Amino acid sequence: MATELKPGQKRLTPGAIFADIAIVAWFVFALFPILWMLLLALKNDAQQTSTYFAFSPTLENFGTVLSQRGTDLTSVDFKSAILMSILNCGGAVLVSLLIGIPAAYAAGRYRFKGSEDLMFNMLSFRFAPELMVIVPLFVIYTQIGLFDTVFGMIWVLQLVTMPLIVWILRSYFEDMPEDLEQAALLDGYTRRKAFTMVALPLVRPGIAAAALLSFIFAWNNYVFPLILSDTAASTVTVAITKFLGGGGQAYYNLTAAAALIGALPPLVLALTIQRYLVQGLSFGAVKG
Amino acid sequence: MSTATAQSSPGGPGPAGPDGPDGSRRRGAPPKVSDRARKLRPYLLSVPALVVVIGILYPFVLGAYYSILNYTASNPEPHVVWFANFASVLKDPQFWASVRVTAIFAVAATVIETVLGVVIALLLNRSSFVGKIFERVLILPLMIAPVIAATIWKLMFNPQFGVLNHVFGLGTFDWLSKDTALASSILVDVWIYTPFVAILVLAGIRSLPREPFEASDVDGAGWWYMFRRLMLPMMWPYILVAVIFRFMDCLKAFDHIFVLTAGGPGLATRTLQIGAYEDSIIFQNFSRGSTYMFLLWILVFITAKYLVGVLGKAQRRAAGAEE
Repeated sequence: MATELKPGQKRLTPGAIFADIAIVAWFVFALFPILWMLLLALKNDAQQTSTYFAFSPTLENFGTVLSQRGTDLTSVDFKSAILMSILNCGGAVLVSLLIGIPAAYAAGRYRFKGSEDLMFNMLSFRFAPELMVIVPLFVIYTQIGLFDTVFGMIWVLQLVTMPLIVWILRSYFEDMPEDLEQAALLDGYTRRKAFTMVALPLVRPGIAAAALLSFIFAWNNYVFPLILSDTAASTVTVAITKFLGGGGQAYYNLTAAAALIGALPPLVLALTIQRYLVQGLSFGAVKG
Repeated sequence: MSTATAQSSPGGPGPAGPDGPDGSRRRGAPPKVSDRARKLRPYLLSVPALVVVIGILYPFVLGAYYSILNYTASNPEPHVVWFANFASVLKDPQFWASVRVTAIFAVAATVIETVLGVVIALLLNRSSFVGKIFERVLILPLMIAPVIAATIWKLMFNPQFGVLNHVFGLGTFDWLSKDTALASSILVDVWIYTPFVAILVLAGIRSLPREPFEASDVDGAGWWYMFRRLMLPMMWPYILVAVIFRFMDCLKAFDHIFVLTAGGPGLATRTLQIGAYEDSIIFQNFSRGSTYMFLLWILVFITAKYLVGVLGKAQRRAAGAEE
């Protein structure tokens, strides 16, 4: 490979080739399990344990997982789990947005006494061992009848969604020049109008990123539905692990199909709005 | 709704509107609100969030209270036993086994993820053709639920049918035996969370000023010298933030380990959170579980305080290095 050296441009040195090989090696490692999940999900019952890479693919498993037959086979009602995941996580994100946006705005705009404390409390939720809260909540929930309900799940998922939304949005509000709102106020807007007509549209990308990111993390959450729900409000993550189940026959292909369905919303979001998610992640962490 | 912002678009960074340089703090602006109300506003805006904070704080305090009771499902009317739970837990070899497992897991996973994450970030930052393609999918393992990741890995680990033994020709090697389960759990953690470190560090690298690098490039400094003397000190705060997040999360690791091994075989992967789960949910000994959690919380709190202190120092040093 005869490459002409141009000044100021990087060449194909041994080091660069080695670096590319190293990157490829990482991504083989990182992507293989996802590929494997896809392959396994496409195998039929007979081939699920007898073949590795060569097999006759079928889409049957996805239908089975979502149908009554799948429920009969594995005693997991996956359809209801999906519905519950959507309700729990959607509800949790909505509540967090309604409550978190004003708080994030207050913390980003005003330096008020206790604002840092509030923010620190928010962040410390992220680091608190979940079970410290779940064990008492388990007792409380069973006493007041919130156990295994959507409302109970939305409430406890605030622990996941709220800190993320408040922390990400606070940095967006901080970065927004105050002049814009001041100008709106001078133009005769009320405070509220200046907020809804000027500030809010400007941070819309931030709101979208924070909402979707927190939706993904709520969707992916496992301990809360594992302990605080049983069958009625149980979610996708809990259902998938039940496929692996202890006794009886193991349905590897059904497990993989369920796992793929459960991983689909985050994967689709990650591939389409990856830039915003990365930004949200780094905003939430680095600036905090 | 963008019509409202068209007048003062975010593109123009200069003083917006016709109000002039002194406009930003002019008194008597249209909305006539008293000073008192203005001071109260941020608090009012935060009230709902505060309610949620309290709603979460209450069970937290309750959990701390449980740890000084003798509260179990079979003893619904507990009384205060003060530090009896702590004494019995601290004397229990199972607890110390959990501490050991948690410490090994957290340190090993954090170190491996940090080193790999930094290397991947540096490699991707070179912006080669290959790197450009892969950067888009870097985030994927991080977005899949840890439980789902663990489920896939458990299928791949399967001694009889698992693809890993097949591809590497390992026969019926048991990835989740007494001796291997902890290492396998760390492997899965590395798979999930290395992208997290890489993403943070990559964002950090890209925010660094270019001038120092160009200057030392002109001076003919080697790659290694630039990395050690310039990039590493300036990147250090970002790396530390990633380390803090990873280490704190590893200390309370639960999801993927629970799916992989449920803490077994024996005590091989019984981290503190899994121990607490067994005690409080399976054996319904709420007080004992809470004691575990309280001790873990103290551990997390102390390490967090220490690491944040280190971070502060590094940030000040990096700020000095940039000037």
